Amino acid sequence: MTDLLNVENLTVRFEVKRGGAFGKKAHLYAVDDVSFTVKAGETLAIVGESGSGKTTAALAVARLQAAYAGRIELDGEDILPMEGEALRQVRQKVQFIFQDPYSSLNPRKRAEAIVQEPLDSLSDKPAAEKAEIVKGLFEAVGLRPEQMRLFPHQFSGGQRQRIGIARALATQPELIICDEPVSALDVAVQAQILNLLRKLQKDFGLTYLFISHDLGVVQHMSDSIAVMYMGKVVEHARRMDLFSNPRHPYTQALLSAVPTVDRAKRAAQKRILIPGDPPDPVNLPKGCRFANRCPVAQDKCRQDEPALLDDGKGHRVACHFS
Amino acid sequence: MSDLMQEPIEQAQSPLAEAWGMFKRNHAAVAALGVLALIVLGAIFGPYIYPTDPFEMVWAPFSPPGQEGYLLGTDYLGRDLLAMIINGARVSLMIGLAAAVVSIFIGVTVGALAGFYRGWVEEVLMRITEFFQVLPTLLFSMVLVALFGASLPMITFAIGVVSWTAVARITRSEFLRIRELEYVKASRASGASNRKLMFGVILPNALPPIIVQSALMVGSAILFEAGLSFLGLTDPNVVSWGQIIGSNRQYILDAGYTVTIPGIAIFVTVLAISLVGDGLNDALNPKLRQR
Amino acid sequence: MAPLLTVENLRIELTTRDGVAPVIDDLSLNLNAGETLSFVGESGCGKSMTALALMGLLPEKVGRVAAGKIIFDGEDLTQASPQRLREIRGNDISMIFQEPMTSLNPVFSVGEQIAEAIRAHQNLSRKAAWDKAVELLDAVRIPNPKGRAVDYPFQMSGGQRQRAMIAMALACEPKLLIADEPTTALDVTVQAQIFDLLTDLQKQSGAAIILITHDMGAVAEMARDVIVMYAGRKAEYGPVDAIIEHPRHPYTQGLISCVPHIVSDMSEERPDLVEVPGIVPSLKDFGRDECLFASRCAHRTEQCLAERPPEKPFAGGQLADCWHAEEL
Repeated sequence: MTDLLNVENLTVRFEVKRGGAFGKKAHLYAVDDVSFTVKAGETLAIVGESGSGKTTAALAVARLQAAYAGRIELDGEDILPMEGEALRQVRQKVQFIFQDPYSSLNPRKRAEAIVQEPLDSLSDKPAAEKAEIVKGLFEAVGLRPEQMRLFPHQFSGGQRQRIGIARALATQPELIICDEPVSALDVAVQAQILNLLRKLQKDFGLTYLFISHDLGVVQHMSDSIAVMYMGKVVEHARRMDLFSNPRHPYTQALLSAVPTVDRAKRAAQKRILIPGDPPDPVNLPKGCRFANRCPVAQDKCRQDEPALLDDGKGHRVACHFS
Repeated sequence: MSDLMQEPIEQAQSPLAEAWGMFKRNHAAVAALGVLALIVLGAIFGPYIYPTDPFEMVWAPFSPPGQEGYLLGTDYLGRDLLAMIINGARVSLMIGLAAAVVSIFIGVTVGALAGFYRGWVEEVLMRITEFFQVLPTLLFSMVLVALFGASLPMITFAIGVVSWTAVARITRSEFLRIRELEYVKASRASGASNRKLMFGVILPNALPPIIVQSALMVGSAILFEAGLSFLGLTDPNVVSWGQIIGSNRQYILDAGYTVTIPGIAIFVTVLAISLVGDGLNDALNPKLRQR
Repeated sequence: MAPLLTVENLRIELTTRDGVAPVIDDLSLNLNAGETLSFVGESGCGKSMTALALMGLLPEKVGRVAAGKIIFDGEDLTQASPQRLREIRGNDISMIFQEPMTSLNPVFSVGEQIAEAIRAHQNLSRKAAWDKAVELLDAVRIPNPKGRAVDYPFQMSGGQRQRAMIAMALACEPKLLIADEPTTALDVTVQAQIFDLLTDLQKQSGAAIILITHDMGAVAEMARDVIVMYAGRKAEYGPVDAIIEHPRHPYTQGLISCVPHIVSDMSEERPDLVEVPGIVPSLKDFGRDECLFASRCAHRTEQCLAERPPEKPFAGGQLADCWHAEEL
């Protein structure tokens, strides 16, 4: 299968002021030299905890956040330098599903207008055709036609997320970026949305970039996974490889930290606790960013930053001792 | 899944209808709205129903209310106070509204640009706002009126220019809050232009507090105009409530009613506007909705 | 030995615009010292309301205990005076909340706040209370506790703030600790640290813990007993292991199987998740004489809509409120 999305050396940095208005300017590298690929029709999940840069990376791919350096290739074309009409074309192909179904819908617009907005801004289709598309989308995401005239606050959280999904589908995009699409929902509703996303992927041949902190959800949704820590990808592998054979100590700790109902798994596994807190992102230490919390760190880790290396079978790890 | 999906479908109710539902629950505001409607109707149709010329001497000066068929009596020039109040209502309300429009226009523009673009645009605009905030407002508007003449448009403009800062600050803070919400990002991802984001997406959602502030501003503009008129800075060719008080102020001890009656008119109008503003706050503030 | 906490047929009513709704409807439970009981369910099912009732913190004028008893350490809290409840809160029962940032006062240092909590309930000098605060910060594994005690809440990470909250809750050595979604706002690795910490502290102090959560995994890790709540009523109550092994209520089954878990025998193909369609009924439908879960249930029959299901006991102390519990 071909790569639909190929991100190379993506870097996003923010200016931060230290010490008041006249303080020295410093840079926070939220996403630091990150590369990953997504195959057409597949799902790549980016997992990480808060502050890992996963959402920033997603926003940069969607051109909603300015990137500092790197390439973002969609269908072999770098979309990072695009502006104007070219960017409009790209926006049709890349759409976004947001985390919070309560703040991601404009409260002053009716549901049908929200779903139609991308069509209004991005396509030149006649009004009747647009209305027809919107109607079809409501059906595709499991909403009823009589709900099209309602306002967002008249829907439950799960229904709102369905509207958000319908909006993302409106321009028939190739790539949909899902930023924690279920983390704000109740558990029973999560299943409805996850099933819907998988069904839509099958029906429309969609490619997902799926951002999540929930390894259980990631395990269910993804074909490959990139684990991020402090702005870096530390491990990037196919689903089965990563879950059955995690090689980076951070991935191992992350996996072992997830509570599970499976008694056999709980009994078999010793929980790896990683003490302490991540380092200051503005003043990063030399060497591996995980070294100060890593159970297997050696002197070398505090000197040299490990590169993300392929083991020859597509399992990439950034660790000196993997 | 469909036959089990028993999530309730609500009736499509527009935000406007819903806001009215909330407004209705504030009884004081509803009463005030009634009073305000009467005042506005009086200002529009009063001169036709009671066609006495407010500038004409109709009777002896200082006739107390009720005498000789003049309901509110006459002022120091023997003019009919009732006619003056009715005609003055037009001017006072007009100035209040127009000044509010001027300050909303300036305030929303400044606040929206500052809140949307941030960076140096915000720095510059907010410094300007602060400059206007620390100006002594009455003094500044007096200078404007004294320099450029006491015509109605000038007075309106002077009031507007000194009172837009509050609107600018509210608009900016709403923009700062809303621009970070995900639906704004969603519109951006849908390819919306900056102009559409600013005025089509963010501004409609920022409106509630701006509307409330504007309502209150109409009231304070009426008060402001009264203050200026009292000091004599007014257009002598029109009657306004403040002007009635100003021109009769020397006789406050001998003929108190000439000052009290327009004073009551101002008081009732401004109070009604404030109460309506309070009701609008209830109606438009989503935090109070679910109670 | 009598249990530390016994709740008998508790009914809590909330006055809303649509009338009076029973947010807790006929709830009974037992909790022994040193044990952990978990409440689990979706939002709006009355989990947090139970915690507030135990703390005597029901919203004034709106919520009230309509029937039943809360017997804590031999004393019925529903009859206790506000004065007495204040004494119990903080001394014998403490609570930690979901969002540690909003429950800490931003203008005082963490050490001051903990010392203040100690002094409010124990007769200690300022110096002694401060020393104890530092000790507690050390107990909750905050590195360099002496140095960190003077920090303000915003200077700490989310996990550290939650640990500071736990330190404050432990300040007066409570017999019962109520944790309302204590790790929902935290990362998994931090959650693991907090769970580990809570378990250790419980072993040392012998306190009972009530853990309120929506995560069955967390329940399985932490608790001995679990109460599955739905629409203000108990759906199922019993030992965690037995209930996860064989849930007897369709809602419990749904809660377990609708979440994709990481399991030991992962496979390449992934079947669709089990859906629990619909949403929790609104407050005005609480208290009806029928099974409130029926509208979302695949096993629904006439009977479910006609009458509220009775409590049915099963082996090992498992109780399920479902007309079809035996068949499930």
